Amino acid sequence: MSKMTDHVHSNCEYLLGSLSEYIDGELSPELCQELEKHLAGCDNCRVVLNTTLRTIDLVHAPVEKPDLPEDVRERLFQRLNLDDYLKHNPE
Amino acid sequence: MPSEISLQALIAGDRAEFARLVDAYSSSIYRLGLRMLGNSQDAEDILQNTFLSALTHLPEFEGRSSLSTWLYRIAANEALMLIRRKKPEVNIDETEDAEAEDLLPAQFVDWSALPETELLSGEGKQILDEAVQALPESLRMVFLLRDVEGLSIKETAEALNLTETNVKTRLLRARMFLREKLSSYHNERMIHQE
Repeated sequence: MSKMTDHVHSNCEYLLGSLSEYIDGELSPELCQELEKHLAGCDNCRVVLNTTLRTIDLVHAPVEKPDLPEDVRERLFQRLNLDDYLKHNPE
Repeated sequence: MPSEISLQALIAGDRAEFARLVDAYSSSIYRLGLRMLGNSQDAEDILQNTFLSALTHLPEFEGRSSLSTWLYRIAANEALMLIRRKKPEVNIDETEDAEAEDLLPAQFVDWSALPETELLSGEGKQILDEAVQALPESLRMVFLLRDVEGLSIKETAEALNLTETNVKTRLLRARMFLREKLSSYHNERMIHQE
């Protein structure tokens, strides 16, 4: 398994430091262009980008976002003296 | 926030409106507590304390941030206070910049095209959960607010009283940490399937 430190491209490390901002669309157009140019020719950095995007996707997946258990909701409403509004469950 | 929730009504003490606010955010705040503390009892305490505090402090809400960011700020404080109490050895105020070595990827297997059913079924989901739980608290809170709950960088910074630069640094470290953990797991699996 290769390490990024063994990598042939000297600017991988520098550009990967901008990966998050690139994903969030917060990178300046100049750096964006520089990163995309690098990605086009660097398989490893492309894999890092793709798998980082997929990692973020996975935590967004519906199965990862369970709803509030009904008994927890009931106790919360009781604690807040909002018992009268319990029946208005949006679900 | 659902646009129909009225801040004016909340501040005026409209309880039906407060109940709607609770229903709009209780799942997100419970989830945040669950992932920060790792157990349902602590998550429920954080949830209750967050809305009790919100109820008390609503009249002082000045609208400098959005109502949702304000709620997340209270919830994050509740969670961090609980962590400080339960795990005094944990450094949750870590502010130092990432060491360059922290950000260097070691795994270059491309598992991104695997179907979601495979990535999130059984062991795959467990690995993801464990990876999130293994994140240091200072990184996990930033990751949960930004990447799970969908706050912007600016909102995350406001909620946690951090600079935007600090949020970006922690987010990069969190994402690289999780990517590395998942890559390591999927690399092993792909090797065994060959």
